[in-house]
Amino acid sequence: MTVQHNPPVTEAPTTARERRPFSRQAGATLFWKVIAFLILCAISVAVLFPGLWMLSTALKADTQVYANPPVWIPNPLRFDNFAKAWSLAPFTRYAINTALYTLAVVIGTVLSSSLAAYGFAKLRFPGRNLLFTLLLSTMMIPGMVTLIPQYILFSKLHWVGTYLPLVVPSFFAGAFFTFLLRQFFMGIPNEYSEAARVDGASDWWIWSRVIMPLSRPALATVAIFTFEGAWDSYVGPLLYLNDERLYTLQVGLQFFRTATVVQWQYLMAAALMVMLPVIILFFTFQRYFVEGAAVSGGVKG
Amino acid sequence: MPRMTLARRREAVTGYLFIAPWLVGFLVFIAGPMLWSLYASLTNYDVTSRMRWVGLDNYRRLLFDDELFWTSLYNTGFYVLFAVPLSVITGVLIAVLLNQQIPGQRIFRTIFFLPKVLTGVAVLLLWLWVFNPDFGPINVFLRAIGVSNPPLWFSDPTWAKPALVIMSMWGAAGGYIIYLAGLQGIPRHLYEAAMLDGASPVKQFWNVTVPMMSPTIFFKLVTGISAAFQFWETSLIVSEGGKGGPSYSTLFYGLYMWQKAFGEYQMGYASAMAWILLIITLFLTMLQFLISRRWVYYEGEARS
Repeated sequence: MTVQHNPPVTEAPTTARERRPFSRQAGATLFWKVIAFLILCAISVAVLFPGLWMLSTALKADTQVYANPPVWIPNPLRFDNFAKAWSLAPFTRYAINTALYTLAVVIGTVLSSSLAAYGFAKLRFPGRNLLFTLLLSTMMIPGMVTLIPQYILFSKLHWVGTYLPLVVPSFFAGAFFTFLLRQFFMGIPNEYSEAARVDGASDWWIWSRVIMPLSRPALATVAIFTFEGAWDSYVGPLLYLNDERLYTLQVGLQFFRTATVVQWQYLMAAALMVMLPVIILFFTFQRYFVEGAAVSGGVKG
Repeated sequence: MPRMTLARRREAVTGYLFIAPWLVGFLVFIAGPMLWSLYASLTNYDVTSRMRWVGLDNYRRLLFDDELFWTSLYNTGFYVLFAVPLSVITGVLIAVLLNQQIPGQRIFRTIFFLPKVLTGVAVLLLWLWVFNPDFGPINVFLRAIGVSNPPLWFSDPTWAKPALVIMSMWGAAGGYIIYLAGLQGIPRHLYEAAMLDGASPVKQFWNVTVPMMSPTIFFKLVTGISAAFQFWETSLIVSEGGKGGPSYSTLFYGLYMWQKAFGEYQMGYASAMAWILLIITLFLTMLQFLISRRWVYYEGEARS
């Protein structure tokens, strides 16, 4: 099993057809390009539309929220909706909880997955291929099959009501990220580690000083996807955190909706603020998001 | 087992140590729980009392006495049947369009990727607002074009599932990236040869693009169907009180299982549901691998 090496997503090279002098065919090509452009514009509008509606609502006074026909550009712009929404529930506490929990999960995932990936990529031991096949096959197991027994396990350990059930499993290498890193490590020439080994370096040293620094792009991809997953997770925190002071933003947001009479301008303002870290992350590290998505789809059986 | 040299043996020990995080996690959080769950599915277990052996009774009750089980399976099947193919079509369509040389490509690529990034409860609340029967922009638009009684979406048993399918298509826009990578891997000479033979763009699409993309599409179908069978968290948030209403129209398989397990603490019964789901998933995956021999084309492989 290998990962398809996708060429970088760049402009496609000019086809032979387009290099020909203007002809009927070139005219047809231009026609199709205009159609394609228009369809892309239409899809863009459909994709952006919910987000713009959200932003618009978040800035409205309550009199304009239910206006008919809807107001797209609120007047006046109520920027204080954000502060008001934030104070309607203990969001500062939720934000701190979420940030610490997410950080712990990212550290756990990157550390444990990269260790396991190094073992599978660079070391030989009996049963390696069998165990790796086992790792891949666990990706097909529905999460719901393990949800109940894991809950029973954590409740017997008296971990329910703490962050332990949410954080501890991330220190035990998830299948997908181990697979992703292993593919990347396989691409690092063995000469690097052999040279270090001749100098008497241990595998721990090679892992931490050679492989990890060379793998920053792959590690960043894992970290970003883990961050997004942990930041957005809802069912786990809902199941395990029964004390309101421990709530994460996602759980707090949902309860904020059901606990108060819905005031959409505050709800949308709060929702936007909860999404903001992920949006900022996306625009900062867009490349890693795209690479990660391309790798995850390039798996060939 | 052949005798290993000292160096090989040391390497093997180091190897096991490196994969230990995964191996321990696999035993403690996956394999162990699965075996426990299989056993629990054959008992009555409500967390507080001891497990009482009932044999296959949970399975019998699910299949023959529990109407809601079939309702939830139907709802899930409906979602799989519409959301997965429509998502694949959306992704392929966007990728094919983006593969042309068109101005503004970078902006388009960023825009279409946004739904992949925007997830979580916040986005679901946004959709509730977009589909709001009275003030949501969709119904305002429908009224403006003359639909006097637009759907009530999440409050209407007929329209609640289609609303979720629409949401899934929006989310699928970000999936284009995989198909685009696949498209750019198709050798140009195949198209040039097809053009010399006088094949129209539509013919080129069906005879060059689709076969060359079939491994990617196949992969997305297998993973997409498996994921869609586990679709339920959204319904927990968008359905009133998380009960899968109205009229159980968004009671998905996972949501029903969640209610049985953590609402009613029928852990044995819910475990049986989990195992039925596992069997369905494995069966469909195997079926797809069998069917794939007929339509998935791998380069370098002789086609029969």
